[in-house]
Amino acid sequence: MECQYPLMPGSATMPVATNTSHDVVYQLSGVSKTYARNAVHALEDINLTLGKGSFSSIIGSSGCGKSTLLKIMAGLIPPSRGRVVLQGRPVTGSRRDIGMMFQQATLFPWRTTIENIVLPIEIRDGKAAALAAHEPARALLELVGLKGFDKAYPSELSGGMAQRAAICRMLITEPAVLLLDEPFSALDELTRDFMNMELQRICTSRNATAFLVTHSIPEAVILSDVVYVMKPRPGRIAEEVVIDLPRPRTLDMITTPKFGALVEHIRGRLDKETFI
Amino acid sequence: MTQKDHAQERGSDTVWIEQVAWIDRVPRPVAMAFVFAVFVGIWHIVTQAGFVSPIILPTPGETFADLVLVGRNLISGEYMLAALWVTLREVAYGFAIAMMIGFSLGIIVGETAFGERAIMPYLVAIDTMPKVAFAPLFIAWLGFGIESKVALAAFIATFPIVVGTAAGLHSADANARMLFKTMGASRLQTLFKMKLPTGLPQIFTGLKIASVSVMAGAITGEFLGGGRGFGELIRVASTQLNTPRVFSLIIYLSLVGMALFGTVVWIQRRFVFWHKERVVGGDL
Ligand SMILES: Nc1ncnc2c1ncn2[C@@H]1O[C@H](COP(=O)(O)OP(=O)(O)OP(=O)(O)O)[C@@H](O)[C@H]1O
Ligand SMILES: [Mg+2]
Repeated sequence: MECQYPLMPGSATMPVATNTSHDVVYQLSGVSKTYARNAVHALEDINLTLGKGSFSSIIGSSGCGKSTLLKIMAGLIPPSRGRVVLQGRPVTGSRRDIGMMFQQATLFPWRTTIENIVLPIEIRDGKAAALAAHEPARALLELVGLKGFDKAYPSELSGGMAQRAAICRMLITEPAVLLLDEPFSALDELTRDFMNMELQRICTSRNATAFLVTHSIPEAVILSDVVYVMKPRPGRIAEEVVIDLPRPRTLDMITTPKFGALVEHIRGRLDKETFI
Repeated sequence: MTQKDHAQERGSDTVWIEQVAWIDRVPRPVAMAFVFAVFVGIWHIVTQAGFVSPIILPTPGETFADLVLVGRNLISGEYMLAALWVTLREVAYGFAIAMMIGFSLGIIVGETAFGERAIMPYLVAIDTMPKVAFAPLFIAWLGFGIESKVALAAFIATFPIVVGTAAGLHSADANARMLFKTMGASRLQTLFKMKLPTGLPQIFTGLKIASVSVMAGAITGEFLGGGRGFGELIRVASTQLNTPRVFSLIIYLSLVGMALFGTVVWIQRRFVFWHKERVVGGDL
């Protein structure tokens, strides 16, 4: 692994151990995964350290193991080798301090929007707690611009609105880390830009740690502190690109030369490493 | 029925009227009445012209007269009402038992690997048998009372419910399962809060098939095992070559069947309000 860009502007002479300055939230060491069913070697020796409040993205070709990595981090599937530690405790199953989001919103059509949002609470703490969570859920809806849609059914929401409701569902348990598997890739570009800025705002305001899987290089660059470029078969991290654009990021930055250089650099790495 | 968009504005040259072929424009009641009239008309001509003997096919008039007669008998609470009551109970008990066994087996088969591996093959094997052939066995085991008919009705109606429930439980997609896993849901929570609601459309499909076959089971049981139900009335009428009576009894039975089917559809509409499918017969 090489570190092409320093994390802090003007700190290029500092040693690369950038994360020691933050509290470490996620620590993956030597994580490998082989699916027993078809003997697919999906991940090989993944080492990651995510600091508190950091935003990291992972980018790589289709099938290189990004979703597998995310599922292992979330405790949905066990790794074949290696260790995953979240906030000092090893991950061995689903965890309350993890919020997850997928490409599809997956709202349940028999529940109103607000009932969908409080579902995680209902499952963990029962119906009474879920009812009590309606107030914070309404506040979240307002945060993502869905005020007044609490009683609407998912069929009455557009794709972007449904995805925003899914954000609320992820946030209702106030997770310390957000694991995002291509959350906005089904949305049109304008909505997607808007949602990305929303996501940045939410993460900053809550000091949440985010880990995003994406296929879009500009999206990874505009949001992240670090972009991990993945190589396929077996999936491993080819490069860790530090994005030292100032925060808060705005959509205007897309036109700056620095942004363009970062995108070009990552695209070059992807072309070289991942596509045959 | 799709509503036609009407022109609402005058003076615009781009507001135009969508052309719908006249056969697609006929309102439902008119269309149904028309088909009914044609059917009765042909029936009338065929019987009047003497193509078929009145013993084989009564005229519409005779059948209608007998419908009125049977209707009067039913309303005044005479022996036909008692017979209908017997059959209704058989159908109701049979359906209730089929639902209990069907849901239980369906959940075991659809939810556990054991059920799918060890129970489903046997269910499929039994399902491929002609189930009516079990009627003599049920009569031998349970006698000539309503028990044997209830058993046959339940036996026939159970399988569609098992299949519908098991298929319904499998219909939840990978994302929903993963979501429930991330929320730390238990197996029971996943079943009741996600898999069962997701599977309700298929479960109701099974229930609708069952609601139709449960009646067939009860009447078959009565044909083969006697008793005092409507099936027995039909059997007696046909041995007496009273064809109009057979026809009118069947028509009354079909009303009962439609009522049961319609009830299931109505409940489906209420509980599966989010699933907008075009149900066959769903407009009852
Ligand atoms: N449940 C599974 N069982 C067996 N093999 C799997 C399973 N899930 C994924 N794989 C395999 O592991 C590899 C990585 O899959 P993964 O879903 O992690 O890719 P991905 O990077 O998320 O791809 P995409 O960008 O298309 O979502 C693939 O070769 C896939 O065939
Ligand atoms: Mg994926």
